[in-house]
Amino acid sequence: MTTTSGDSTTVSGWYELFSRGSRDWLRHSEKIREAVRDHLPQIVADSDIINDGSRTVRVPVRMLEHYRFRLRADSESQGVGQGTAKPGDLLGPANTGNKQGGKGNGGTERGGPELLLEFKVDDIIEWMWEELKLPNLQPRIGQSEEAEWKREGWDRRGARSRLDRRRSVKESVKRRALDASAPAFVDEDLRYRQLTRRRQPAVRAAVFFLLDVSASMTEADRQLAKTFYFWVAAGLRREYRTLDIVFVAHTTEAWEFSEADFFKVAGSGGTVASTGFHKVNEIIKERFDSSNCNVYLFYASDGDNAVDDREQARLELEGIARLSRYAGYVEISSGLRNSHSETSKLFDAVTSLGLPSGRCTIRDSNDVVTAVRHFFTLESQAASADAAGVGP
Amino acid sequence: MKADWRGHLPRLEDLARSLGLDWSPVIFEAVPDSFMTEIAVYGLPVRMPHWSFGARYIYQLLQRHMGYSRLFEVVFPGNPGRAYLAASNGLADNTLVAAHVLGHADFSKNNLLFRRSQDQGSEHIIEHAASHARQIECDIEAHGFTAVEKVLDAALSLEQYIDLDRGLRRERYEEYLSPKPSPVDDSFRSRFATLDGEDKLPLHARRQRAPLPPHPEKDLLWFIATYAPEMESWERDIFLAVREESFYFYPVYATQTMNEGWASYWHARLLREADFIPQDTYLDAIKCHSDVVRPVAAEEQIALSVNPYHLGFTLWEEIIKQGGVNAARQIMREDDDFSFLRNNLTRELATDMGLFRYKKQANGPVKVLAEDIDELRETLLHDKYNFGAPRVAVAEVRSDGTLVLEHNSDIDKRGLDIETARKVLAYVTHVWRRPVILRTIDASAKPVQVLADPAAA
Repeated sequence: MTTTSGDSTTVSGWYELFSRGSRDWLRHSEKIREAVRDHLPQIVADSDIINDGSRTVRVPVRMLEHYRFRLRADSESQGVGQGTAKPGDLLGPANTGNKQGGKGNGGTERGGPELLLEFKVDDIIEWMWEELKLPNLQPRIGQSEEAEWKREGWDRRGARSRLDRRRSVKESVKRRALDASAPAFVDEDLRYRQLTRRRQPAVRAAVFFLLDVSASMTEADRQLAKTFYFWVAAGLRREYRTLDIVFVAHTTEAWEFSEADFFKVAGSGGTVASTGFHKVNEIIKERFDSSNCNVYLFYASDGDNAVDDREQARLELEGIARLSRYAGYVEISSGLRNSHSETSKLFDAVTSLGLPSGRCTIRDSNDVVTAVRHFFTLESQAASADAAGVGP
Repeated sequence: MKADWRGHLPRLEDLARSLGLDWSPVIFEAVPDSFMTEIAVYGLPVRMPHWSFGARYIYQLLQRHMGYSRLFEVVFPGNPGRAYLAASNGLADNTLVAAHVLGHADFSKNNLLFRRSQDQGSEHIIEHAASHARQIECDIEAHGFTAVEKVLDAALSLEQYIDLDRGLRRERYEEYLSPKPSPVDDSFRSRFATLDGEDKLPLHARRQRAPLPPHPEKDLLWFIATYAPEMESWERDIFLAVREESFYFYPVYATQTMNEGWASYWHARLLREADFIPQDTYLDAIKCHSDVVRPVAAEEQIALSVNPYHLGFTLWEEIIKQGGVNAARQIMREDDDFSFLRNNLTRELATDMGLFRYKKQANGPVKVLAEDIDELRETLLHDKYNFGAPRVAVAEVRSDGTLVLEHNSDIDKRGLDIETARKVLAYVTHVWRRPVILRTIDASAKPVQVLADPAAA
């Protein structure tokens, strides 16, 4: 006997309400994103993003495997097939035949299709900086001020977009407390947020990216340095609205570049670091008043500097260090070089004077994140220690 | 228009009854294709949430979009049984599917494996699974999403490890060894016992703790849920829920070829004998039938897999031609795929069907092997043991609570993949909360062991 129920002509809408498959797929995607996030250094090292200007990074990922016990992969496997084959025939590996959909729950999801996940650069920056403390750019109150709209007070009239619903409901509750039969809402209940213009002390910061592009810096070295700069710049920009980033490159001379050109720059010739430092000093004096502006320097080099430039470079660097809140040095050593390079000695000398500076080494692309982490945790500690005394 | 197949249903049923089919009532329901896909992925219409289903779901959707496979119906055995039909099926499709469903319903009411499973409560598996899903939703409310997901990671990764022979409802092991049967009570022993200096109590009166487990335990889900030292009761319930669903899946899995073959035989025969079905509907339905039971896809000459519909259908046709419907019904009642294929897949049939055995090198060519019907049958059945999972059993629980799992490589002659085993052990230690050790063999057949320690994680 068979009973029937339901209506076959119209499929009930109940099934459309939600999809368990989609729900679990979303969870799967979320897990993939978490997994990818743990591999941040590799994604960040994918330096293509710097050049192609897109705001996304594409990462190929496999579907996540829910592990089960399985046998070690064998070089040989046996199976049963069907068709016009005779013993001894060789069939091409491509001819895998049709897959009949079986039901039930067998089946391992080994080697599913590969997905290409797209991550927004902004998201990656978000992840990266979540764990880092940003340098507390110390506000220095100077003459320059900027006016800003601030929210202040409420009024019964205003633009609909600034309606404060919470406050309006409170008014309605108050009114109805006196008269229970009153209507739920009347125009008098509505409250709107008001804006006024306030003058704010300006917070200015200038960050110098100084890059050694001499012949000893290989293409790979420059790429590492630029990747480092790219993420630092992206991170700083996200956090600060008024931030000047100055791009300088040097060989035996130094030039200032626009951001776009800086990431494309290549050079040749010897290394005279003092020219770069001099250029930075010049720009600071020319454009940034160190009394109301925080200056940061990040210098990237392979550590080779002309020996006869030692004294000159030290003086210039010291000059910068005295004017700035922090001077950092990233040594790019993709080859095997000794750790006591000429340039690292320069920075050590400045640090020993008690000036805020530090250094870090990038050996391969996985170190880029480490370097960003290094500078920004250190710097924030220094800055917050310092803030106790100089705070606004 | 679409409702017409229901018009054929009563007469189709009368015809089926007159041919000896015997089934419990079936509730038919047409559902959207997306829901059909979900049923195929989850195995049940409502089931617990887990991300691994999501991955399979997308994979299935891709397959559907590329037109690799199409799902007409899924039947859940029970009393009443439930048949879900894809809403996109045409009239002819559904006439065929209705006949097909009657075949499945007959099979699941009479086959021994299904009957045993239904005696243990699987006739209400749809309701049980839905209530498991509901319970797990409550657990998520109470204990948080990640906590529940970790337990499901462990339980579902072991879902193939049940022991069918010991059944769904099990008692804990005896805690003490049962006393040895007392030695023969002859007069010598009784006089001996009266001698000075002999213990008054015989040795066996002091009770001895039984080793845990007393024998290698295949039912990992039950063992962990019962003996895990510090598992919360809601975690044990999740393990038992997964286990109950696995017990339900086993007959479906272990009779796939027989069951699909039986349903295909009967839909073909019912349609052939149903003179009340209009000619064009019949032709469309028969075309659909031949698509379902064709050995290889239309554009291919050779497939490296066997279509279970085709294999089962061909065997049943032969059995009924040789011995009649009654002999076939007896086989249907008593066999599973193992005995069905071993007893009925003869060399002649295999040759007629063009079945061949092949050997495949990793990334290399596929070589067709010499004919050998015994080997061919075993290769076909090889993946069917134990849901196709390697045999892993609990060997012992040490006094410090360490769980020792042992992989039995006697049949496979191969060890487990160490990296994935490590991952599975990581899931398991989360609920066992003590170290877990797995023993298996390495590439050179030497014993190796993998250790997962929750303290180190």
